[in-house]
Amino acid sequence: MIDEEFIKGLLAKHSFLSERESIDCLTLESPSGELISFLEYLKTEESFDMLVDLTAIDHGEGEDNRFSTVIHLYSLLHHGYIRIHASCNDNNEPSMPSVSSIYPSANWHERETYDMFGIKFTEHPNLKRILMWDDYPYFPLRKEFPLAGIDTPLPAADVAEVTDASVEPAPMMGGPFVSSANGMVSDSEPRAKDESWTEKNEKPL
Amino acid sequence: MSTTTKEISIGDIGSRGAEAAGKLDSDKMALNVGPSHPTTHGVLRLMMELDGDIIEKCEPVLGYLHRGDEKIAENMTYNQFVPYTDRLDYLAPLANNVAYAITVEKLAGLEVPPRCQAIRVLVCEMARISSHLLGMGVFGMDAGAWTPFMYTFTEREKLYTLFEELTGARFTTSYTRIGGVSRDVPDGWLDKVINFVDQLPKAMGEVEKLLTRNRIFLDRTEGIGEISKEDALAYGLTGPNLRASGVDLDLRKDKPYSGYDQYDFDVPIGTRGDCYDRYLVRIEEVFQSIRIIKQVVEKFPSGAWYAEDAKKIFAPPKEKILTSMEELIQNFMIVTEGPQIPSGEVYFEAENPKGALGFYIVSKGGGVPYRMKIRAPSFCNLSILEKLAPGHFLSDITVILGSLDFVMGECDR
Repeated sequence: MIDEEFIKGLLAKHSFLSERESIDCLTLESPSGELISFLEYLKTEESFDMLVDLTAIDHGEGEDNRFSTVIHLYSLLHHGYIRIHASCNDNNEPSMPSVSSIYPSANWHERETYDMFGIKFTEHPNLKRILMWDDYPYFPLRKEFPLAGIDTPLPAADVAEVTDASVEPAPMMGGPFVSSANGMVSDSEPRAKDESWTEKNEKPL
Repeated sequence: MSTTTKEISIGDIGSRGAEAAGKLDSDKMALNVGPSHPTTHGVLRLMMELDGDIIEKCEPVLGYLHRGDEKIAENMTYNQFVPYTDRLDYLAPLANNVAYAITVEKLAGLEVPPRCQAIRVLVCEMARISSHLLGMGVFGMDAGAWTPFMYTFTEREKLYTLFEELTGARFTTSYTRIGGVSRDVPDGWLDKVINFVDQLPKAMGEVEKLLTRNRIFLDRTEGIGEISKEDALAYGLTGPNLRASGVDLDLRKDKPYSGYDQYDFDVPIGTRGDCYDRYLVRIEEVFQSIRIIKQVVEKFPSGAWYAEDAKKIFAPPKEKILTSMEELIQNFMIVTEGPQIPSGEVYFEAENPKGALGFYIVSKGGGVPYRMKIRAPSFCNLSILEKLAPGHFLSDITVILGSLDFVMGECDR
């Protein structure tokens, strides 16, 4: 059981940890430098045998620690989850030690996190893009990346030469209807992102 | 018309073969499978290195179905995202709908009434049966048995008719809303569900007769693609693939949600973790789902089918909106601003047909999530392929892929 006693013991043993308030499971914050040894401890001593998820959050440009990774572990013994937050120190070149040597399941999750956020996982055995193609220049889940996407050269250069095509941003006129967080009702209600043509303005030919 | 014959000399065939072999680089062969290959169950590409017939290296290449669902989720209200969840594991959209709704409700601290929970359990189990029917059918096909597919697809068709009657759509159901479901069960629908599950064991028996003791099927699947208990846990496998390796983890039992603890069912686990065990586990899970469905219908609760007090989260049914001012305003606010969810973070995994489908949502308040991560079971299940495939024959790869029963829709998101 992950109860008060368990948490107290864990915090006493690892002074670098701090506990966060959470509505669902034990949530800890760990400095990135201690992450490897802490996860090793959790796996071998406390039988958290599965790393079920690893991802990152972009807290937005201008934040002190812009990127942080979030790890969810599951224990068959305790029948419970534990969540570990770790912040990346550098905003421009965020990095994090790879945990794939402890949990092989982290391998693909870390590749995805690198692909989407550009967080470099040091000592990762095969850190390359997994969902986007290898030469893709952007990190799509960063907050500044637009929903429609950015004009990008085709991954296949020979096809691009013949067809003169590129990866184009999605059309946002007339829908899809998207919403933005918070703000006035008139700003946050679902609407087409680009209103250059609506019922009032005709669709350009 | 006259015919002429001409003698041509082809020399000694044997020596020509030897000459050709000498010219070949006899070490390794690179083979590309996919992204459009019938046995890959979607747009999965495999880059393999072969030594003769034996796979030495296998590298899956993903992303051909990547649509940026997580980015899209950050740009729309919670209810607007429900149709996108259909397109994750599109063989069990109802189960995805339910998993997503429960996650957001957990974040909102909202408890849905028993009738709503029962409906959700019912549709989840029906989705499981439908997914496993397809999984078993195509698995048989991958191993060279065409006929079982016809039986399982006939049964799946009946389920889709039931889905259509309940949700209005056969495939992309979009059935749940945050705080409830889109509509109550229609009159007489539950009897039809019972009729279906009553006749299903007979059809399953036919499939089993064709496969379970089939000598060819056994030779193709037994001992192939063995995953040890330790590997299964280390690579984060979930669902039938994990249980086939002998790990007793079913989130419906371990962390019961939506009232699963009220129902009596067993969790089948395998011993060897090979392709055959994964098949057997799925067969048994269908029978356990039938058990659950019968219990749900038997004690189907009456009362509200959506959270009536959640006035800022669930938009009331249409007939109320059209007749009452207060409900009209409520509906307007929820459509324009989205369901109002407090700030915080939540992680929830549901036991889906393919494994544990997890949603991690970070909210900063309001109707739009700040960040949503979808933990797709197929993504994790496939990650073991790099380790699993080497050492097998090339012809085994179709069987291994079929037994892992993955869907690229949720793998690439």
